[in-house]
Amino acid sequence: MAKILLEMKNITKTFPGVKALDNVNLQVEEGEIHALVGENGAGKSTLMNVLSGIYPYGTYEGDIIYDGQVCRFSNIKDSEKLGIVIIHQELALVPEMTIGENMYLGNECGHKFAINWNKTYSEADKYLKMVGLEESSKVQVKTIGTGKQQLVEIAKALAKKAKLLILDEPTSSLNEEDSRALLDLMLSFKKQGMTMIIITHKLNEVSYVADKITVIRDGTTIETIDNHGSEPVSEERIIKGMVGREMTNRFPKREGVQIGEKEMEISHWTVHHPLYPERKVVDDVSMYVRKGEVVGIYGLMGAGRTELAMSIFGQSYGVNFSGELKLNGKPVKMKKSEADAIRHKIAYVTEDRKGNGLVLSQSIKVNTSLANLGAVSSRTVIDADREYAVAEEYRGKLKIKTPSVEQLVGNLSGGNQQKVLLAKWMFAEPDVLLLDEPTRGIDVGAKYEIYCIINDLAAAGKCVVLISSELPEVLGMSDRIYIMNEAKMVGEMKADEATQENIMALILRSGRGA
Amino acid sequence: MSEQVNSSGKMSFSELMEKYKVGAFFQKYTMIIALIAVTIVFATWKGKEGLILLPSNLTGLIAENGYVFVLATGMLLCILTGGNIDLSVGSVVCFTAAIGCTMMAGGANMWLTTAVMLLIGLAIGVFQGFWIAKVRVPAFIATLAGMYAFRGFTNVVLNGLRVDITNEGFLQVFGNGKTSFIPDFIRNAAPGLDNVFTKDNAFLTGLIGENFIAKFNVTCMCIGILGTLIFIAVRVHKMVSQKKLGIAQSIPGQIVSTVIISALILWMCFKFSCYRGFPMVMIWIGLVLGIYAYITNKTAIGRHLYAVGGNEKATALSGVKTRNVYWFAYANIGLLAGLAGILTAARAKGIDPVYGEGYEMDAIASCFIGGASAYGGTGRVSGMIIGAILMGVINKGMIIVGVDANYQKVVKGIVLLVAVMFDVLSKRQKR
Repeated sequence: MAKILLEMKNITKTFPGVKALDNVNLQVEEGEIHALVGENGAGKSTLMNVLSGIYPYGTYEGDIIYDGQVCRFSNIKDSEKLGIVIIHQELALVPEMTIGENMYLGNECGHKFAINWNKTYSEADKYLKMVGLEESSKVQVKTIGTGKQQLVEIAKALAKKAKLLILDEPTSSLNEEDSRALLDLMLSFKKQGMTMIIITHKLNEVSYVADKITVIRDGTTIETIDNHGSEPVSEERIIKGMVGREMTNRFPKREGVQIGEKEMEISHWTVHHPLYPERKVVDDVSMYVRKGEVVGIYGLMGAGRTELAMSIFGQSYGVNFSGELKLNGKPVKMKKSEADAIRHKIAYVTEDRKGNGLVLSQSIKVNTSLANLGAVSSRTVIDADREYAVAEEYRGKLKIKTPSVEQLVGNLSGGNQQKVLLAKWMFAEPDVLLLDEPTRGIDVGAKYEIYCIINDLAAAGKCVVLISSELPEVLGMSDRIYIMNEAKMVGEMKADEATQENIMALILRSGRGA
Repeated sequence: MSEQVNSSGKMSFSELMEKYKVGAFFQKYTMIIALIAVTIVFATWKGKEGLILLPSNLTGLIAENGYVFVLATGMLLCILTGGNIDLSVGSVVCFTAAIGCTMMAGGANMWLTTAVMLLIGLAIGVFQGFWIAKVRVPAFIATLAGMYAFRGFTNVVLNGLRVDITNEGFLQVFGNGKTSFIPDFIRNAAPGLDNVFTKDNAFLTGLIGENFIAKFNVTCMCIGILGTLIFIAVRVHKMVSQKKLGIAQSIPGQIVSTVIISALILWMCFKFSCYRGFPMVMIWIGLVLGIYAYITNKTAIGRHLYAVGGNEKATALSGVKTRNVYWFAYANIGLLAGLAGILTAARAKGIDPVYGEGYEMDAIASCFIGGASAYGGTGRVSGMIIGAILMGVINKGMIIVGVDANYQKVVKGIVLLVAVMFDVLSKRQKR
């Protein structure tokens, strides 16, 4: 048996009123990749924050034993000194600074008052090569893509002489190709003897890279599964541990599907990039949705799906539009205005609920009515009672878990925030809903509830356009699937003829070669 | 979780605090508590006991700070949109006042003058708002430019000299000289009351005090009582409708706050009644505060101000024309700067080219002391009022107890810093 590098024993961490971790135990062997899985709010990130000293010694109970020694970290610097480096989910890079400056931020080469820039950049280049980046370290971070930025984060961790690398949802903002590259990089690090802990929601990644899988639920460790068997651990097996029950059906069945007339149709839709107007972000796209239909749009990151949806929604993204939009068979000339789109009964539910979707500092009630304030007010004066009643109605309908609709949205969990966002747009009473990654970053249980809402919307005769990066989701939910790649619509399939394989094949064939 | 009791069966101090929401109470009412504490400190100052609570001083407190209330209201709307401030208001106040005084010195009608001053204020606001909302010049810079430019224009208009106001009507309606108080209609209509309010009436003398009995303003007190009743009625209606909807709000807490605020209104009105009644300027302040409390709480544009400050992108994607929200906020503060110009000129009975310097900072400080977030999205008119009164009490109190003028600004600075520090710390604890 290999040496145990890290042992966390009976870790208990309480926040005012909440026990976030309750006697959690974790053992990580040297040279393995250990996956930490669990629903949102299960306590994974809290545990890693305890380990890295963000929650200093004394604020939690239990012991951390690293490399045979009991550790009492009072801040991140202490843990980094021993080689424990954490890479957070949100990238912590300064876009205006160069890669090299970022990598040595807070850890500058040379003397505090006389930084050795030559050494900084030459060292940085060395580590960049290790993670497979060809960029010079003198390039500004904002000029490279998200996938490469994630690699810079890893190079930064290497520069700190990491022995135990913790990756918190490293692939959450990456497309499949970049994700796979990152996972392969992890495997190659493992060969060189590095120990890693990965937190992720994507179970296929877990079975691909992990040696062991620890499942956390409601602040306690449920089990540790060994992934060295003859067959990889099945996703169902992991989900069972996460939710405490077998999820036989991840996608709710739709009954009595009745598909009606074409509600919205676009043809030869072309949109250009707002900053580089010569670049097409949506290129000659034609598609339609019918009443009561769920249409999936699948594509890799950067394929132009969000740009397409936003440009339909009152031209809220892009410049130099061309093409035709028909609603109910009639051509519509829409102004460059979100309000106009809402008037035409189109809703766009953003993929970035915190950044573009919700006003976190305001209550559920205020957010619910925001896109349709007119409906709860007369002559611009808001009727407080009516607004409250509306918010209550949607809280019940969408099962938003909260003590009151006066609760600030910022205090809700991701799944509940997503429901508030949906409530806001359902209250705007659209006929066409453009849902952009409606289940991103929310846990399995909440996902299922969102799927049920989508089915209900379709059953009520609405048109739902479901944009997603998760193939199983698109396959499981849609009646028809469009596939986008590099700004173009490259295929259309009926749900029953689509499979993961033929969709991916279509994308690979249409691409200029990745 | 909520019913956690330790082994001995007794709740610890911190659990008691938790149960009765003591922390939440202090957090919510920090500035009111600070205001009361500061008032008590000045009221019990050795050798100056009670001076600050004299009716004339309380009247002065409101009248002298009229411009702060008006400007801070406008500033609050700008701050709500995302911590944006307007540095130009001091200069705009002086500029509009300069135009108005010059017009009246030339014999113009007071109402025409008033209208022109408000319109000029509004026009300046629209102009600056254009640069901020449409061209997207940062508000700080656009209004800094305005601050220089309108100070310069003021000097041009005034030729660097003071202009006095001789229009008595103007002074009476907007100023606060001896004549600019709401007259005592009731006593004027019923001269018989003069015989009731004498030192011989032991009951009333005991109630009012013999220094004030002879000139006690009955109208003012009646308005005060009426206002209190209306306030209580509104609060009760709100409580009943909340109860009906089943919103979890502590009823005892609301009753306590209603009683305290009612008592405060009555007490203030009593003090005013003892000293000539309501100053005219209070009508204007009251009107502005009332209208804007309504706008921010109850209207769509008010909601949009909070939403833009909370998350501009999300608001835009909800179909709100966010740039127009900015424009509204800055046009509006221009209009209110015009009003503040009227009040300032009337109070000073004229205008000097240096008037209004630092007004913008008083307005900004009132908003932040009153709990507005420097990042926008949160802040209320009621909080801003408390902030402005707190600043006023500190100013007045320091003058009364004789703090060196040089140190008065130091104290103001410290108060601002401490107030915002409290705000930041209490929010951090919540996480």
